[in-house]
Amino acid sequence: MTFARLRSLGFWSLVVAILTYMTLPTLVVLMTSVNPTEILAFPPEGVSFQWYEKALTYPDFQRAFKNGLIVTSLASTLALIVGSAFAWLVYRYSFRGRGVLEAVLWSPLIIPHFTLGFGFLLLGGAFKLQQGYVMIVLAHMVLVMPFVTRAVYVSLATIDPNLARAAANLGASPFHVLTRIELPLVLPGMAGGWLIAAVLSLTEFTASLYVTGSRTQTLPVAMYNYIREYADPTVSAISAMLIITTTLIMFIADRAFGLRRVLAIDTH
Amino acid sequence: MIQRRPFFLIFLAPAVVTAVILAAALFEVLQYSVREFVPGSLNVGGFTLENFTRINRPIYWWVLLDTFYISLLTAVFSLLLSYPVAFALVRARRDWVRSLLVSLSITPLFTGEIVRTFSWMLMLGSDGFINSLLRKLSLIEMPLQIMYTRLGVVVALVQFSMPVMIILLATAISHVDRDCEKAAANLGASPGAVFWRITLPLTLPGILSGIVVVFAWTMSAFSTPQLIGGGKVLMISNLVYLQGFSVLNLPFAATLSLIALIAALGSLVLMKSLTGRLEKRLAVR
Repeated sequence: MTFARLRSLGFWSLVVAILTYMTLPTLVVLMTSVNPTEILAFPPEGVSFQWYEKALTYPDFQRAFKNGLIVTSLASTLALIVGSAFAWLVYRYSFRGRGVLEAVLWSPLIIPHFTLGFGFLLLGGAFKLQQGYVMIVLAHMVLVMPFVTRAVYVSLATIDPNLARAAANLGASPFHVLTRIELPLVLPGMAGGWLIAAVLSLTEFTASLYVTGSRTQTLPVAMYNYIREYADPTVSAISAMLIITTTLIMFIADRAFGLRRVLAIDTH
Repeated sequence: MIQRRPFFLIFLAPAVVTAVILAAALFEVLQYSVREFVPGSLNVGGFTLENFTRINRPIYWWVLLDTFYISLLTAVFSLLLSYPVAFALVRARRDWVRSLLVSLSITPLFTGEIVRTFSWMLMLGSDGFINSLLRKLSLIEMPLQIMYTRLGVVVALVQFSMPVMIILLATAISHVDRDCEKAAANLGASPGAVFWRITLPLTLPGILSGIVVVFAWTMSAFSTPQLIGGGKVLMISNLVYLQGFSVLNLPFAATLSLIALIAALGSLVLMKSLTGRLEKRLAVR
Protein backbone atom coordinates (compact mmCIF):
# COMPACT_ATOMS: atom_id res chain seq x y z
CA MET A 1 0.00 0.00 0.00
CA THR A 2 2.72 2.46 0.95
CA PHE A 3 4.60 1.54 -2.21
CA ALA A 4 1.50 2.16 -4.32
CA ARG A 5 1.05 5.50 -2.53
CA LEU A 6 4.65 6.42 -3.24
CA ARG A 7 4.32 5.50 -6.88
CA SER A 8 1.15 7.51 -7.25
CA LEU A 9 2.84 10.48 -5.57
CA GLY A 10 5.82 10.16 -7.90
CA PHE A 11 3.56 9.97 -10.95
CA TRP A 12 1.56 13.05 -10.01
CA SER A 13 4.69 15.07 -9.20
CA LEU A 14 5.98 14.16 -12.64
CA VAL A 15 2.71 15.33 -14.22
CA VAL A 16 2.81 18.60 -12.29
CA ALA A 17 6.44 19.18 -13.34
CA ILE A 18 5.60 18.61 -17.01
CA LEU A 19 2.57 20.90 -16.83
CA THR A 20 4.77 23.56 -15.22
CA TYR A 21 7.11 23.36 -18.21
CA MET A 22 4.08 23.73 -20.50
CA THR A 23 2.51 26.72 -18.75
CA LEU A 24 5.50 28.59 -17.33
CA PRO A 25 6.25 30.54 -20.56
CA THR A 26 2.68 31.88 -20.58
CA LEU A 27 2.97 32.97 -16.96
CA VAL A 28 6.28 34.69 -17.68
CA VAL A 29 4.67 36.65 -20.54
CA LEU A 30 1.85 37.78 -18.26
CA MET A 31 4.41 38.71 -15.59
CA THR A 32 6.65 40.75 -17.91
CA SER A 33 3.69 42.58 -19.45
CA VAL A 34 3.29 44.55 -16.21
CA ASN A 35 7.03 45.12 -15.77
CA PRO A 36 7.59 48.77 -14.75
CA THR A 37 10.90 49.23 -16.60
CA GLU A 38 12.15 48.58 -20.09
CA ILE A 39 14.72 46.08 -18.82
CA LEU A 40 13.07 42.89 -17.68
CA ALA A 41 13.60 41.86 -14.11
CA PHE A 42 12.57 38.62 -12.44
CA PRO A 43 10.62 38.97 -10.26
CA PRO A 44 9.31 42.37 -11.49
CA GLU A 45 9.80 45.31 -9.12
CA GLY A 46 6.27 46.65 -9.16
CA VAL A 47 3.29 46.78 -11.47
CA SER A 48 2.72 49.13 -14.38
CA PHE A 49 0.34 49.15 -17.31
CA GLN A 50 2.43 51.49 -19.48
CA TRP A 51 3.28 48.74 -22.00
CA TYR A 52 -0.40 48.05 -22.55
CA GLU A 53 -0.86 51.72 -23.26
CA LYS A 54 2.09 51.73 -25.65
CA ALA A 55 0.84 48.57 -27.38
CA LEU A 56 -2.66 49.96 -27.82
CA THR A 57 -1.43 53.30 -29.18
CA TYR A 58 1.38 52.03 -31.43
CA PRO A 59 0.18 52.80 -35.00
CA ASP A 60 1.62 49.62 -36.56
CA PHE A 61 -0.25 47.45 -34.06
CA GLN A 62 -3.46 49.41 -34.44
CA ARG A 63 -3.45 49.02 -38.19
CA ALA A 64 -2.36 45.38 -37.97
CA PHE A 65 -5.17 44.65 -35.54
CA LYS A 66 -7.70 46.21 -37.91
CA ASN A 67 -6.26 44.26 -40.85
CA GLY A 68 -6.39 41.10 -38.78
CA LEU A 69 -10.05 41.64 -37.89
CA ILE A 70 -10.97 42.16 -41.55
CA VAL A 71 -9.04 39.09 -42.70
CA THR A 72 -10.21 36.88 -39.85
CA SER A 73 -13.89 37.74 -40.10
CA LEU A 74 -13.95 37.29 -43.88
CA ALA A 75 -11.79 34.15 -43.94
CA SER A 76 -13.51 32.31 -41.11
CA THR A 77 -17.00 33.19 -42.37
CA LEU A 78 -16.17 32.07 -45.90
CA ALA A 79 -14.63 28.90 -44.49
CA LEU A 80 -17.79 28.35 -42.45
CA ILE A 81 -20.09 28.65 -45.48
CA VAL A 82 -17.99 26.59 -47.89
CA GLY A 83 -16.90 24.09 -45.23
CA SER A 84 -20.41 23.48 -43.88
CA ALA A 85 -21.80 22.98 -47.38
CA PHE A 86 -19.02 20.54 -48.16
CA ALA A 87 -19.46 18.66 -44.86
CA TRP A 88 -23.18 18.25 -45.62
CA LEU A 89 -22.37 17.03 -49.11
CA VAL A 90 -19.92 14.42 -47.82
CA TYR A 91 -22.43 13.38 -45.15
CA ARG A 92 -25.31 13.05 -47.59
CA TYR A 93 -23.99 11.98 -51.00
CA SER A 94 -21.31 9.81 -52.45
CA PHE A 95 -20.18 11.05 -55.85
CA ARG A 96 -17.34 10.61 -58.27
CA GLY A 97 -14.28 12.69 -57.37
CA ARG A 98 -15.32 13.01 -53.74
CA GLY A 99 -12.08 11.41 -52.56
CA VAL A 100 -9.91 13.78 -54.60
CA LEU A 101 -11.87 16.82 -53.47
CA GLU A 102 -11.62 15.74 -49.84
CA ALA A 103 -7.87 15.12 -50.15
CA VAL A 104 -7.26 18.58 -51.64
CA LEU A 105 -9.40 20.39 -49.08
CA TRP A 106 -7.84 18.50 -46.13
CA SER A 107 -4.28 18.94 -47.42
CA PRO A 108 -3.62 22.28 -45.62
CA LEU A 109 -3.39 20.25 -42.41
CA ILE A 110 -0.26 18.57 -43.81
CA ILE A 111 1.26 21.15 -46.16
CA PRO A 112 3.81 23.37 -44.40
CA HIS A 113 2.34 26.84 -43.91
CA PHE A 114 5.35 28.44 -45.58
CA THR A 115 4.81 26.32 -48.71
CA LEU A 116 1.17 27.37 -48.83
CA GLY A 117 1.94 31.01 -48.08
CA PHE A 118 4.62 31.02 -50.75
CA GLY A 119 2.18 29.45 -53.22
CA PHE A 120 -0.40 32.15 -52.55
CA LEU A 121 2.30 34.82 -52.87
CA LEU A 122 3.22 33.50 -56.32
CA LEU A 123 -0.43 33.09 -57.29
CA GLY A 124 -1.07 36.68 -56.22
CA GLY A 125 1.84 37.79 -58.34
CA ALA A 126 0.39 36.05 -61.35
CA PHE A 127 -2.86 38.02 -60.97
CA LYS A 128 -1.25 41.28 -59.80
CA LEU A 129 -2.93 40.79 -56.43
CA GLN A 130 0.20 40.26 -54.33
CA GLN A 131 0.02 41.52 -50.73
CA GLY A 132 -3.65 42.37 -51.23
CA TYR A 133 -6.55 41.37 -49.04
CA VAL A 134 -7.94 38.91 -51.60
CA MET A 135 -4.93 36.61 -51.41
CA ILE A 136 -4.59 36.95 -47.62
CA VAL A 137 -8.25 36.06 -47.08
CA LEU A 138 -8.04 33.14 -49.51
CA ALA A 139 -4.89 31.77 -47.85
CA HIS A 140 -6.44 32.03 -44.38
CA MET A 141 -9.73 30.53 -45.54
CA VAL A 142 -8.00 27.50 -47.05
CA LEU A 143 -5.92 27.03 -43.89
CA VAL A 144 -8.80 27.08 -41.40
CA MET A 145 -11.46 25.32 -43.49
CA PRO A 146 -10.53 21.76 -42.46
CA PHE A 147 -11.33 22.64 -38.84
CA VAL A 148 -14.80 24.00 -39.65
CA THR A 149 -15.57 21.13 -42.00
CA ARG A 150 -14.61 18.62 -39.34
CA ALA A 151 -16.66 20.36 -36.63
CA VAL A 152 -19.77 20.44 -38.83
CA TYR A 153 -19.27 16.89 -40.04
CA VAL A 154 -18.97 15.59 -36.47
CA SER A 155 -22.28 17.21 -35.52
CA LEU A 156 -24.00 16.01 -38.71
CA ALA A 157 -22.90 12.45 -37.97
CA THR A 158 -24.65 12.51 -34.59
CA ILE A 159 -28.06 13.41 -36.10
CA ASP A 160 -30.56 10.57 -36.11
CA PRO A 161 -31.15 9.92 -39.84
CA ASN A 162 -34.72 8.90 -39.02
CA LEU A 163 -35.56 12.54 -38.26
CA ALA A 164 -34.98 13.59 -41.87
CA ARG A 165 -36.80 10.51 -43.17
CA ALA A 166 -39.77 11.08 -40.91
CA ALA A 167 -40.02 14.71 -41.98
CA ALA A 168 -39.79 13.76 -45.65
CA ASN A 169 -42.50 11.11 -45.20
CA LEU A 170 -44.74 13.72 -43.63
CA GLY A 171 -44.34 15.82 -46.75
CA ALA A 172 -41.47 18.18 -45.92
CA SER A 173 -39.55 19.37 -48.97
CA PRO A 174 -35.77 18.84 -49.07
CA PHE A 175 -35.41 22.57 -48.39
CA HIS A 176 -37.57 22.22 -45.30
CA VAL A 177 -35.60 19.22 -44.03
CA LEU A 178 -32.36 21.13 -44.49
CA THR A 179 -33.42 24.41 -42.87
CA ARG A 180 -35.86 23.22 -40.20
CA ILE A 181 -34.23 19.98 -39.07
CA GLU A 182 -30.60 19.64 -40.02
CA LEU A 183 -29.52 23.27 -39.75
CA PRO A 184 -30.75 23.82 -36.17
CA LEU A 185 -29.12 20.56 -35.10
CA VAL A 186 -25.68 21.42 -36.52
CA LEU A 187 -25.75 25.07 -35.48
CA PRO A 188 -23.68 24.46 -32.31
CA GLY A 189 -21.08 22.58 -34.35
CA MET A 190 -20.99 25.39 -36.91
CA ALA A 191 -20.57 28.02 -34.20
CA GLY A 192 -17.81 26.03 -32.48
CA GLY A 193 -16.02 25.43 -35.78
CA TRP A 194 -16.32 29.10 -36.72
CA LEU A 195 -14.78 30.17 -33.39
CA ILE A 196 -11.85 27.76 -33.79
CA ALA A 197 -11.34 29.01 -37.34
CA ALA A 198 -11.43 32.63 -36.19
CA VAL A 199 -8.87 32.06 -33.44
CA LEU A 200 -6.56 30.12 -35.77
CA SER A 201 -6.79 32.82 -38.43
CA LEU A 202 -6.25 35.64 -35.93
CA THR A 203 -3.04 34.02 -34.65
CA GLU A 204 -1.75 32.58 -37.95
CA PHE A 205 1.77 33.78 -38.66
CA THR A 206 3.93 31.83 -41.13
CA ALA A 207 1.66 31.92 -44.18
CA SER A 208 0.66 35.51 -43.35
CA LEU A 209 4.31 36.57 -43.41
CA TYR A 210 4.42 35.53 -47.06
CA VAL A 211 1.10 36.91 -48.29
CA THR A 212 0.90 40.22 -46.42
CA GLY A 213 2.72 43.45 -47.17
CA SER A 214 3.66 46.32 -44.87
CA ARG A 215 0.23 47.94 -45.37
CA THR A 216 -1.77 44.74 -45.03
CA GLN A 217 0.19 42.93 -42.31
CA THR A 218 -1.80 41.14 -39.62
CA LEU A 219 -1.08 41.35 -35.89
CA PRO A 220 1.30 38.36 -35.60
CA VAL A 221 3.37 39.70 -38.51
CA ALA A 222 3.51 43.17 -36.94
CA MET A 223 4.59 41.56 -33.64
CA TYR A 224 7.33 39.63 -35.44
CA ASN A 225 8.64 42.79 -37.05
CA TYR A 226 8.59 44.57 -33.68
CA ILE A 227 10.43 41.76 -31.88
CA ARG A 228 13.22 41.89 -34.44
CA GLU A 229 13.87 45.57 -33.75
CA TYR A 230 12.98 46.30 -30.15
CA ALA A 231 13.30 44.41 -26.88
CA ASP A 232 10.84 46.13 -24.57
CA PRO A 233 7.76 44.53 -22.99
CA THR A 234 5.29 46.01 -25.51
CA VAL A 235 4.99 42.65 -27.25
CA SER A 236 4.47 41.04 -23.83
CA ALA A 237 1.44 43.29 -23.37
CA ILE A 238 0.02 42.40 -26.80
CA SER A 239 0.76 38.71 -26.16
CA ALA A 240 -0.96 38.89 -22.78
CA MET A 241 -4.07 40.41 -24.38
CA LEU A 242 -4.04 37.72 -27.09
CA ILE A 243 -3.58 34.93 -24.54
CA ILE A 244 -6.45 36.21 -22.39
CA THR A 245 -8.74 36.72 -25.40
CA THR A 246 -8.12 33.32 -26.98
CA THR A 247 -8.37 31.52 -23.65
CA LEU A 248 -11.70 33.22 -22.96
CA ILE A 249 -13.03 32.41 -26.43
CA MET A 250 -11.98 28.79 -26.10
CA PHE A 251 -13.48 28.57 -22.61
CA ILE A 252 -16.80 29.96 -23.88
CA ALA A 253 -16.68 27.68 -26.93
CA ASP A 254 -16.10 24.68 -24.70
CA ARG A 255 -18.95 25.58 -22.36
CA ALA A 256 -21.42 26.50 -25.11
CA PHE A 257 -20.63 24.04 -27.90
CA GLY A 258 -18.63 21.23 -26.30
CA LEU A 259 -15.23 22.01 -27.76
CA ARG A 260 -13.87 18.65 -26.71
CA ARG A 261 -16.37 16.91 -28.93
CA VAL A 262 -15.56 19.23 -31.83
CA LEU A 263 -11.85 18.48 -31.41
CA ALA A 264 -12.74 14.81 -30.86
CA ILE A 265 -10.94 14.49 -27.53
CA ASP A 266 -12.24 11.54 -25.57
CA THR A 267 -11.72 11.55 -21.87
CA HIS A 268 -13.52 8.28 -21.37
CA MET B 1 -31.59 14.56 -61.47
CA ILE B 2 -32.29 17.77 -59.56
CA GLN B 3 -35.07 16.02 -57.71
CA ARG B 4 -32.89 13.10 -56.74
CA ARG B 5 -29.99 15.12 -55.43
CA PRO B 6 -31.28 18.37 -53.98
CA PHE B 7 -28.66 21.08 -53.33
CA PHE B 8 -25.95 18.93 -54.90
CA LEU B 9 -24.56 21.48 -57.34
CA ILE B 10 -25.09 24.57 -55.16
CA PHE B 11 -23.17 22.96 -52.31
CA LEU B 12 -20.51 21.42 -54.51
CA ALA B 13 -19.56 24.54 -56.48
CA PRO B 14 -17.92 26.57 -53.68
CA ALA B 15 -15.90 23.57 -52.51
CA VAL B 16 -14.66 22.93 -56.03
CA VAL B 17 -13.72 26.60 -56.52
CA THR B 18 -11.79 26.57 -53.22
CA ALA B 19 -10.00 23.35 -54.16
CA VAL B 20 -9.05 24.79 -57.55
CA ILE B 21 -7.60 27.96 -55.98
CA LEU B 22 -5.60 25.88 -53.50
CA ALA B 23 -4.35 23.59 -56.25
CA ALA B 24 -3.40 26.63 -58.35
CA ALA B 25 -1.30 28.04 -55.49
CA LEU B 26 0.52 24.72 -55.11
CA PHE B 27 0.94 24.50 -58.88
CA GLU B 28 2.65 27.90 -58.85
CA VAL B 29 5.22 26.54 -56.38
CA LEU B 30 5.77 23.54 -58.65
CA GLN B 31 5.99 25.74 -61.72
CA TYR B 32 8.55 28.11 -60.15
CA SER B 33 10.69 25.22 -58.97
CA VAL B 34 11.52 24.31 -62.56
CA ARG B 35 12.17 27.87 -63.71
CA GLU B 36 15.47 29.64 -64.27
CA PHE B 37 16.57 32.30 -61.78
CA VAL B 38 17.29 35.71 -63.29
CA PRO B 39 19.54 37.53 -60.78
CA GLY B 40 18.29 40.96 -59.82
CA SER B 41 14.82 40.34 -61.14
CA LEU B 42 11.63 38.82 -59.80
CA ASN B 43 10.78 37.53 -63.26
CA VAL B 44 11.89 34.03 -64.05
CA GLY B 45 13.50 32.53 -67.12
CA GLY B 46 12.81 29.35 -69.05
CA PHE B 47 12.38 25.82 -67.79
CA THR B 48 15.30 24.12 -66.11
CA LEU B 49 16.09 21.38 -63.60
CA GLU B 50 19.06 23.29 -62.26
CA ASN B 51 17.34 24.15 -58.96
CA PHE B 52 17.10 20.49 -58.09
CA THR B 53 20.73 19.78 -58.89
CA ARG B 54 21.72 22.80 -56.83
CA ILE B 55 20.31 21.08 -53.72
CA ASN B 56 23.17 18.62 -54.05
CA ARG B 57 25.61 20.79 -52.13
CA PRO B 58 26.90 20.05 -48.61
CA ILE B 59 25.40 23.20 -47.05
CA TYR B 60 21.89 22.31 -48.18
CA TRP B 61 22.33 18.70 -47.13
CA TRP B 62 23.34 19.91 -43.67
CA VAL B 63 20.25 22.07 -43.38
CA LEU B 64 18.06 19.15 -44.47
CA LEU B 65 19.77 16.78 -42.03
CA ASP B 66 19.52 19.34 -39.24
CA THR B 67 15.82 19.76 -39.96
CA PHE B 68 15.32 15.99 -39.73
CA TYR B 69 17.41 15.76 -36.57
CA ILE B 70 15.62 18.61 -34.77
CA SER B 71 12.21 17.20 -35.79
CA LEU B 72 13.13 13.72 -34.57
CA LEU B 73 14.44 15.00 -31.23
CA THR B 74 11.28 17.09 -30.81
CA ALA B 75 9.01 14.13 -31.60
CA VAL B 76 10.77 11.80 -29.15
CA PHE B 77 10.89 14.26 -26.25
CA SER B 78 7.34 15.38 -26.94
CA LEU B 79 6.22 11.74 -26.66
CA LEU B 80 8.13 11.15 -23.41
CA LEU B 81 6.67 14.26 -21.77
CA SER B 82 3.15 13.93 -23.18
CA TYR B 83 2.47 10.31 -22.25
CA PRO B 84 2.25 10.87 -18.47
CA VAL B 85 0.00 13.91 -18.98
CA ALA B 86 -2.27 12.07 -21.42
CA PHE B 87 -2.44 9.09 -19.07
CA ALA B 88 -3.36 11.32 -16.13
CA LEU B 89 -5.88 13.19 -18.30
CA VAL B 90 -7.73 9.99 -19.21
CA ARG B 91 -7.41 8.07 -15.97
CA ALA B 92 -7.78 10.75 -13.26
CA ARG B 93 -10.66 9.78 -10.95
CA ARG B 94 -11.99 13.25 -10.30
CA ASP B 95 -13.90 15.18 -12.95
CA TRP B 96 -12.38 18.55 -12.14
CA VAL B 97 -8.84 17.15 -12.39
CA ARG B 98 -9.63 15.86 -15.87
CA SER B 99 -11.13 19.21 -16.95
CA LEU B 100 -8.17 21.12 -15.54
CA LEU B 101 -5.69 18.86 -17.31
CA VAL B 102 -7.55 19.23 -20.62
CA SER B 103 -7.60 23.02 -20.32
CA LEU B 104 -3.95 23.32 -19.30
CA SER B 105 -2.72 21.05 -22.04
CA ILE B 106 -4.94 22.28 -24.91
CA THR B 107 -5.09 26.07 -24.52
CA PRO B 108 -1.46 26.67 -25.59
CA LEU B 109 -2.57 25.38 -29.00
CA PHE B 110 -4.64 28.49 -29.58
CA THR B 111 -2.30 31.30 -28.59
CA GLY B 112 -0.43 31.10 -31.87
CA GLU B 113 3.15 30.68 -32.98
CA ILE B 114 4.42 34.19 -32.40
CA VAL B 115 3.14 34.53 -28.85
CA ARG B 116 4.57 31.16 -27.91
CA THR B 117 7.93 31.79 -29.57
CA PHE B 118 8.14 35.19 -27.92
CA SER B 119 7.40 33.67 -24.53
CA TRP B 120 10.28 31.25 -25.00
CA MET B 121 12.55 34.16 -25.89
CA LEU B 122 11.68 35.65 -22.51
CA MET B 123 12.40 32.30 -20.85
CA LEU B 124 15.71 31.47 -22.54
CA GLY B 125 17.45 34.82 -23.14
CA SER B 126 20.68 35.65 -21.31
CA ASP B 127 18.65 37.97 -19.03
CA GLY B 128 15.64 35.70 -19.32
CA PHE B 129 13.66 33.89 -16.69
CA ILE B 130 15.77 30.74 -16.49
CA ASN B 131 19.10 32.52 -16.29
CA SER B 132 17.77 35.03 -13.74
CA LEU B 133 16.40 32.22 -11.61
CA LEU B 134 19.63 30.22 -11.74
CA ARG B 135 21.66 33.31 -10.87
CA LYS B 136 19.37 34.17 -7.94
CA LEU B 137 19.93 30.66 -6.65
CA SER B 138 23.66 31.16 -7.17
CA LEU B 139 23.87 28.04 -9.31
CA ILE B 140 25.64 29.85 -12.13
CA GLU B 141 27.74 33.00 -12.45
CA MET B 142 27.68 33.53 -16.18
CA PRO B 143 24.37 33.26 -18.05
CA LEU B 144 23.86 30.02 -19.94
CA GLN B 145 23.73 30.37 -23.71
CA ILE B 146 20.43 28.71 -24.60
CA MET B 147 19.13 31.24 -27.11
CA TYR B 148 20.52 30.75 -30.61
CA THR B 149 21.29 27.08 -29.96
CA ARG B 150 19.72 23.87 -31.14
CA LEU B 151 18.89 23.03 -27.52
CA GLY B 152 16.83 26.22 -27.16
CA VAL B 153 14.98 25.56 -30.41
CA VAL B 154 14.13 21.99 -29.35
CA VAL B 155 13.03 23.05 -25.86
CA ALA B 156 10.53 25.47 -27.40
CA LEU B 157 9.41 23.12 -30.19
CA VAL B 158 8.69 20.29 -27.73
CA GLN B 159 6.38 22.55 -25.74
CA PHE B 160 4.68 23.61 -29.00
CA SER B 161 4.00 20.09 -30.12
CA MET B 162 2.77 18.72 -26.81
CA PRO B 163 -0.93 19.71 -27.11
CA VAL B 164 -1.26 17.77 -30.37
CA MET B 165 0.69 14.82 -28.98
CA ILE B 166 -1.45 14.80 -25.83
CA ILE B 167 -4.70 14.82 -27.87
CA LEU B 168 -3.53 11.85 -29.97
CA LEU B 169 -2.21 9.87 -26.99
CA ALA B 170 -5.27 10.58 -24.84
CA THR B 171 -7.51 9.24 -27.62
CA ALA B 172 -5.40 6.07 -27.84
CA ILE B 173 -5.31 5.57 -24.06
CA SER B 174 -9.06 6.09 -23.72
CA HIS B 175 -9.65 3.27 -26.22
CA VAL B 176 -7.70 0.71 -24.18
CA ASP B 177 -10.06 -1.96 -22.87
CA ARG B 178 -9.76 -1.77 -19.08
CA ASP B 179 -10.85 -5.42 -18.81
CA CYS B 180 -7.53 -6.51 -20.35
CA GLU B 181 -5.70 -4.65 -17.60
CA LYS B 182 -7.97 -6.11 -14.91
CA ALA B 183 -7.50 -9.62 -16.27
CA ALA B 184 -3.73 -9.26 -16.19
CA ALA B 185 -3.84 -7.87 -12.64
CA ASN B 186 -6.09 -10.74 -11.50
CA LEU B 187 -3.62 -13.20 -12.97
CA GLY B 188 -0.96 -11.73 -10.73
CA ALA B 189 0.75 -9.09 -12.87
CA SER B 190 2.15 -6.17 -10.89
CA PRO B 191 0.85 -2.67 -11.80
CA GLY B 192 4.17 -1.99 -13.53
CA ALA B 193 3.88 -5.15 -15.59
CA VAL B 194 0.27 -4.31 -16.49
CA PHE B 195 1.40 -0.94 -17.82
CA TRP B 196 4.49 -2.11 -19.73
CA ARG B 197 3.02 -5.37 -21.09
CA ILE B 198 -0.66 -4.42 -21.65
CA THR B 199 -1.43 -0.69 -21.69
CA LEU B 200 1.66 0.58 -23.50
CA PRO B 201 1.56 -1.99 -26.35
CA LEU B 202 -2.16 -1.34 -26.87
CA THR B 203 -1.48 2.38 -27.33
CA LEU B 204 1.34 1.83 -29.82
CA PRO B 205 -0.72 2.98 -32.84
CA GLY B 206 -1.43 6.27 -31.04
CA ILE B 207 2.23 6.62 -30.11
CA LEU B 208 3.31 6.08 -33.70
CA SER B 209 0.84 8.50 -35.19
CA GLY B 210 1.77 11.06 -32.51
CA ILE B 211 5.45 10.78 -33.37
CA VAL B 212 4.86 11.12 -37.10
CA VAL B 213 2.39 13.99 -36.84
CA VAL B 214 4.71 15.94 -34.54
CA PHE B 215 7.66 15.09 -36.78
CA ALA B 216 5.85 16.41 -39.85
CA TRP B 217 4.64 19.51 -37.99
CA THR B 218 8.08 20.32 -36.66
CA MET B 219 9.61 19.94 -40.12
CA SER B 220 7.50 22.90 -41.19
CA ALA B 221 8.13 25.01 -38.07
CA PHE B 222 9.27 28.48 -38.97
CA SER B 223 9.06 31.13 -36.28
CA THR B 224 10.85 29.15 -33.57
CA PRO B 225 14.03 28.40 -35.52
CA GLN B 226 13.81 31.89 -37.04
CA LEU B 227 13.63 33.81 -33.75
CA ILE B 228 15.13 31.43 -31.18
CA GLY B 229 17.64 30.00 -33.64
CA GLY B 230 18.41 33.56 -34.67
CA GLY B 231 20.17 32.53 -37.90
CA LYS B 232 22.49 30.16 -36.02
CA VAL B 233 20.06 27.26 -36.32
CA LEU B 234 18.80 26.88 -39.87
CA MET B 235 15.85 24.68 -40.71
CA ILE B 236 14.51 24.24 -44.21
CA SER B 237 11.76 26.83 -43.57
CA ASN B 238 14.38 29.47 -42.72
CA LEU B 239 16.28 28.65 -45.88
CA VAL B 240 13.10 29.11 -47.94
CA TYR B 241 12.52 32.49 -46.33
CA LEU B 242 16.14 33.52 -46.83
CA GLN B 243 16.11 32.52 -50.50
CA GLY B 244 12.70 34.06 -51.14
CA PHE B 245 13.03 37.37 -49.30
CA SER B 246 16.76 38.16 -48.97
CA VAL B 247 18.34 36.58 -52.02
CA LEU B 248 15.07 36.97 -53.96
CA ASN B 249 15.75 33.68 -55.71
CA LEU B 250 12.11 32.66 -55.99
CA PRO B 251 12.71 29.54 -58.10
CA PHE B 252 15.14 28.05 -55.60
CA ALA B 253 12.87 28.98 -52.69
CA ALA B 254 10.06 27.18 -54.53
CA THR B 255 12.25 24.09 -54.96
CA LEU B 256 13.09 24.04 -51.26
CA SER B 257 9.47 24.45 -50.17
CA LEU B 258 8.46 21.69 -52.56
CA ILE B 259 11.03 19.41 -50.91
CA ALA B 260 9.62 20.32 -47.49
CA LEU B 261 6.14 19.43 -48.73
CA ILE B 262 7.34 16.10 -50.11
CA ALA B 263 9.09 15.30 -46.82
CA ALA B 264 5.93 16.09 -44.82
CA LEU B 265 3.77 13.98 -47.15
CA GLY B 266 6.34 11.18 -47.14
CA SER B 267 6.40 10.87 -43.38
CA LEU B 268 2.59 10.71 -43.27
CA VAL B 269 2.48 7.98 -45.92
CA LEU B 270 5.10 6.12 -43.89
CA MET B 271 2.91 6.44 -40.80
CA LYS B 272 -0.16 5.11 -42.62
CA SER B 273 1.66 1.95 -43.67
CA LEU B 274 3.35 1.49 -40.28
CA THR B 275 0.20 1.90 -38.19
CA GLY B 276 -1.74 -0.24 -40.64
CA ARG B 277 0.73 -3.08 -40.21
CA LEU B 278 0.81 -2.60 -36.45
CA GLU B 279 -2.95 -2.71 -36.12
CA LYS B 280 -3.08 -5.89 -38.14
CA ARG B 281 -0.52 -7.53 -35.84
CA LEU B 282 -2.38 -6.41 -32.74
CA ALA B 283 -5.64 -7.74 -34.15
CA VAL B 284 -4.14 -11.16 -34.94
CA ARG B 285 -3.06 -11.57 -31.35
